[in-house]
Amino acid sequence: MVKVTVKFFAVGRDITGSDELMLELPEGTTAGEVLIQVKQRYPAFEKVAALLVAVNLDYADTATVLYDGDELAVIPPVSGG
Amino acid sequence: MSADDFAFNLITDRPIDVQALIGRVAAPECGGLAIFIGMVRNHSKGRTVRHLEYEAYPEMALKKMNEIALEIKSKWPEVSKIAMIHRTGKLAIGEIAVAIAVTTPHRAEAFTACRYAIDTLKSTAPIWKKEVFEDGDVWASAHA
Repeated sequence: MVKVTVKFFAVGRDITGSDELMLELPEGTTAGEVLIQVKQRYPAFEKVAALLVAVNLDYADTATVLYDGDELAVIPPVSGG
Repeated sequence: MSADDFAFNLITDRPIDVQALIGRVAAPECGGLAIFIGMVRNHSKGRTVRHLEYEAYPEMALKKMNEIALEIKSKWPEVSKIAMIHRTGKLAIGEIAVAIAVTTPHRAEAFTACRYAIDTLKSTAPIWKKEVFEDGDVWASAHA
């Protein structure tokens, strides 16, 4: 198993009610699979436009395999500036 | 090359000091300094904005800002220095949310590089704004 920290921001934090959660996942789990789990657990994410994921501070493809200690962030549409 | 060699980037919950930002990028070989200042506007999509609340994923936003600085240096090698500051927290109408300053020997590249910096920061840096209206609030761009 691998331990991954999942971080939420902005509308994502409002939906989940927390900044982050820890997941224990089978070896080989991808970023996209985590995103699917998150959407199943919190259906309100389906209403959010174009969610991206970042792994260890870089935008990542959903096929990115996660390793022990990785930090995955759920990135809702950005609106800085 | 590291972004630290020529760039100063910051995410802060303190008011942005534009004069200090200019001091960060001033260079004796540079005659041009372009600055972009993004301020809190009192309306959005026809609604009156009371204030804004900015949130960042600070570690990643800073990493993106450093990457933008490196991209700029490779696209426009004549850029001497660049500084980008983005504010977080609650901001009143008219307060500065973001400020970017770039110095170059001549003005044309300063404008171009500054424009590229703000456009790229807005589209890639993990920073979010919540628009607070008289009758509710919304995370900008969150919903399709």
